[in-house]
Parts: sequence; C-alpha cells; structure tokens
Amino acid sequence: MKLHEYISKRIFAEYGIPIPGGKVAVTPNEAKQIAEEMGGRSIVKSQVLVGGRGKAGGIRLADTPEEAYKYAQDILNMEIKGLPVRKVLVDQAVDIQDELYLGVTNDRAARKPVMMASAEGGVNIEEVAQRSPEKIIQCHIDPVMGLQNYQARDLAAGIDLSRGLWRDFGTIAHGLWEAYVENDATLAEINPLVITKDQKLLAVDGKMLIDDNALFRHPDIEEYRDLDVEAESEIEARKHGLSYIKLDGDIGCMVNGAGLAMTTMDIIKLFGGEPANFLDIGGGASAEKVAAALRIILSDQNVKAVLLNIFGGITRCDLVAKGILDALQEVDTDVPMIVRLVGTNAREGRELLEDAEMETADTLAEAAKKAVAAANK
Amino acid sequence: MSILVDKDTRLLVQGITGEEGLFHTEKMVAYGTEVVSGVTPGKGGEWVLDGKIPVFDSVKIAKKATGANTSVIFVPAPFAADAILEAADAGMETIVCITEGVPVQDMMRVRYYLDQRNVRLVGPNCPGVLTPGEAKVGIIPGNIAIRGNVGVVSRSGTLTYEVLYALQNLDIGVSTCVGIGGDPINGTDFIDTLRMFEEDPQTEKIVLIGEIGGTDEEEAADYISKYVTKPVAAFVAGRTAPPGKRMGHAGAIVQGGTGLAEDKIKALEKAHVKVAKHPEEIPSLL
Repeated sequence: MKLHEYISKRIFAEYGIPIPGGKVAVTPNEAKQIAEEMGGRSIVKSQVLVGGRGKAGGIRLADTPEEAYKYAQDILNMEIKGLPVRKVLVDQAVDIQDELYLGVTNDRAARKPVMMASAEGGVNIEEVAQRSPEKIIQCHIDPVMGLQNYQARDLAAGIDLSRGLWRDFGTIAHGLWEAYVENDATLAEINPLVITKDQKLLAVDGKMLIDDNALFRHPDIEEYRDLDVEAESEIEARKHGLSYIKLDGDIGCMVNGAGLAMTTMDIIKLFGGEPANFLDIGGGASAEKVAAALRIILSDQNVKAVLLNIFGGITRCDLVAKGILDALQEVDTDVPMIVRLVGTNAREGRELLEDAEMETADTLAEAAKKAVAAANK
Repeated sequence: MSILVDKDTRLLVQGITGEEGLFHTEKMVAYGTEVVSGVTPGKGGEWVLDGKIPVFDSVKIAKKATGANTSVIFVPAPFAADAILEAADAGMETIVCITEGVPVQDMMRVRYYLDQRNVRLVGPNCPGVLTPGEAKVGIIPGNIAIRGNVGVVSRSGTLTYEVLYALQNLDIGVSTCVGIGGDPINGTDFIDTLRMFEEDPQTEKIVLIGEIGGTDEEEAADYISKYVTKPVAAFVAGRTAPPGKRMGHAGAIVQGGTGLAEDKIKALEKAHVKVAKHPEEIPSLL
C-alpha cells in the first residue's frame, strides 16, 4: 500500500526527521490561509500516488498567499495520469543548496534490508541506478541488529557529505530505519533530502510503501488507503477476499491460485486472445465467493467471453459450479462461458452445469482456444 | 530415495485444531504420512481424528513425547513467524510453512535466525512437499502424482498441480514435488532444491516452475549451467502481467524493470533449459 507524501513525512517527523513546516488543504481558501500563517514563499504540491507530479504541473512555487490560492485552485482541478487531485500540501519553501537521496528497502536477493544514499537526489533514483550505479552507495542492514552508527557514517562519507553534517545525517538515517521497521514498510524514502543554504538537512519529499501482509498490526495506517488508485471493481473484489486486477482485453478469467491465474492469462494470449483481468478466487472458495467473482468479471463491459479454470485441490469443483449457477440467476448475461473443472469433485461439478449450456474443456490449451474463438465470434 | 520428506518422516502439525490444519491432517494421514502429533497452545491433552493423534501445548513437549522430526505449519499469518521459530528452537529438522500472508520483515528476521542453525524451512505461502507413495506434507492433492524419477520444484500452488496432473496423464512419475512458495523471502529457494535433486539418485530429470518477480529464476539458471547435470525443463508464469501490479502472490511483481518473465525465460534457455510455452507442454520436453 502506497502512502501519500504528506502522510509519509508526518510519520518521518515522528521519528525525528526534520521536515518543512506545512499543512494539507482541500480548498484554495485553506491553501491561502496556510500560506498566510507560515509567511514567506510556499510550495503547493498535489497529493496523488503517481510519479512525475512536477512535470505534470502538479507542484508550484507561490510567492504570495494569493498565488498559493490560485495554484491550489489550478492543481485541485487537475487529473494527473488519470488520478484526480483531492488534496494539496502547502509547504514552506526552502532555499536549496544541494539535493541528496536517502532510502531503505527490502533487498529480495540478499534477504535483508538495504539502505541507499546518493549525492544525486531529486531525480528518479531508478534512473540513477541504471545510468551511473556507482553514484548510489548501498549498505545492507542486519534485520536483527538494526542500523549501526558506522553504517550511517559510511553512507555519509560515501556521498561526500561535508563532515559538519554527519551527525544530523546519522539522526535522519536512524529515524528512517526506525520508521521503516516499526511501520512494516517495504520502502521508506526521502527524495530529495535537501541541504539548505544555511547548512541544515531537511526531508523535502517523502514516500513510504507498507507491506499489505502486515496491515493487520497497523490499523491506523490502513485508514490512509487511497481508493482512487484502484478500479471500483478491484475494491469490490477485495471486500470479497478475491484478488482481482483489471486489464484491457476481452476474455474474462476466473481461476483458483495466483500462479495458475497468471498462466491462464498467458495461454489466452498465446492462442491469440487478450485477457480482461487477473482473478484468483483463492483456496477453498465458497459458492458466494464464486458468484461475486463472476459478477465482477461481467461488470466489465469489454468482456466478450469468460474462461473458468478450476483445479480442485482444497477447492471443490461442485461448490464452484453451484456459485456459477447462483450468479447466473442474478446476472442476466449472454456472454459465452467456457468451463474447465479438474480435480476434487470435478464430475459432480460438470453434472451441475450440464443444463446451463456452457462449453466445457478437458485441457488448459483446449479451454483457451475455445475462449478465444468465442470472443472473436 | 527422494528429498525432504519420505517414509521416515515423523510429522507434527502446528495449528492442528484449526479448520485447515484438521482438514489437511486427515488428508495427510489418509495418504499414509506418519503424523505423530499436533500442537495448539492451550489445547494440550486433547486428541484429534477420533483419538488417533495427540495434541500438545508446545513443539518441544510434542517432540519429546512423540519423536517428531518434521513440522508442518497451518497457523494464521500473524503467528506464523513465532511458530517457525518455535519449531526451529525445538530441533525440528525440516519445517514446512503453508501459511499465506506472513509479513516480509518477519520473514527477514526468521530467515536470519534459521541461517545460523542446521534447519530447513520450506515456504511460507507454499503448498508443501509431496514424495509420491511415501509422504505428503502440506496440501498438494495426493492423487495427482505417481512415483517416478522427475523432481518438481515450483513457486506456485495450483499451477504445480496442473503440471503434476499433466505428467500423471502420460504415466510420468515424480520423485519429490517441492512447493517453495510465492513470497519474496522464503526458506528454501530454487538453488537449494536443485542441489538436493542433483544429489538424489532417484531423481533423473527436473521440472522448474517459476513466475514473475525477483531474480530467483535467473540465479537458478546460472546455478544450473554450472552445477546441474540432469536435464531441466521449465515454465515461467506471468508473460502477460502488467508491471507494478502484484499478481496475487506477494512476490509476483515486476518492479523497476526486474522480475520480467522474458528475462527469466532468456536466462533459463541460455542455461540449456527447455522452456515450455504452456504447462501442458512440459511432459513433451522431458
């Protein structure tokens, strides 16, 4: 789960990381008021969960509160990469001397957290990593011992930070590490970490990603979920415990198991079709869950055929068949369906579906070919 | 021979009184696996499956009483890391964690602890390990694989069943099937399993089933080209997965240009692994 800049920075501040003064506004008037209270120049920043906000005109420097009003009005009317801007952060503008990068994330291959620093901040760090990897200093952190002082010093020295700032840098690095650990982040990043003209370090922008699997112990963070980044059907699916991702094709898929769901999409493509979605109904799915899944698939107007591929292990094929029949009673549809049931209670499942005029298939390849043919009719 | 589990496996089930734990214990027993005890804290002294299997409060006590050497874990995600550490601390040789949804930072700390001990963890978020005709530890359906000489290793669940089923339909048997799980950080990876299959005399051929996310398949390809003499066939799921989206499994995500199916397929082909276009093609590549 992605957190907005203003929430990430608020969390950073709780861990002793200095951030600019600022507040969130949802109207131009509020933005003006915040700018007035702070005095001086301010920066009006759109709060949307996509990169490239600055390039899209979603970040503006305001010299006066009136300008803050005007920019907030403009920005609050914008859509950035398809996402509506609902909030702006009005931050105190700072005089910047230099922009650094500091972040901590999970290194999958090393099975450890890694902290990274770079003297090239304020730009996309993945681009720096590709263009000049030597400019990113990395330090793996022992997940039990945590970040050590010498490691923070190594990072500071590695990016040629002036010695006078090492102590403050160490405080920020430790704060970032603690914010990452205590909030179960998979990424906590300050970009840029700014050196101001009066030689202070300041986290001007921040980003956190939280491990979805750990949200059970962070109910406060779950409340920050921004539903704008998900399609309505994806939100509906999550309510039913389904894993669903909308795609652009015309063949809807309902599968049990994530790997098999991906494979079903792949094989549709292999035989010349385009999948309309990824959908995993999970293990041991009930009839209700299956019915909800089918409703969600059919709510996509692009869907011209549906492929149901169920390999019964824990999941019982007869229950899946029952769910399909339940859903068809509620949803009136003439979209053709191709059903493949294999494994636990497959025969019972197929018998249940006999009257429903559905095409069946024995192999995955056969099911995919039939679905592609049905969609192209 | 086989790897990880066999007829000498004396299995303990953590979370045996839960719905899933009980359901699968019954299936494992029916398959012929020697399930010697179960653990549910607070329910020590009870018995399950008509008084056949005793329940204990802790792994340590259960091991002492019943001589278990392998544990399978069905406890809910918030308690899974604790259950793994408890099993390791009690001296289990092999731990198989089925639980899905374990926080990744928990797994980093668990992995760090296990790496300093002589214990093997399979999973989490995995279907378990099946040695046909000898032992079924986890949730892989027992009726879709026959005994034979093909070693199967996979990051997925039902996709693995699909491959086992395709092999069985052509009377091709399996030495051991290992589901290593779909999480970004797990106990046993492709390389660990490939090493075991390479050393196992019963295994003559290997099937590797990968998916998008991370670089495990690329590292496996490198290992195969250096150390594996047995023929390997593979399938990689997720060619059509959009970048930046997590495809069900916590570890199945294309991020910052890494984790792409195409790169994995290329790396495997370079290591002379035959890569199938779809899972039903695998038997013909062996």
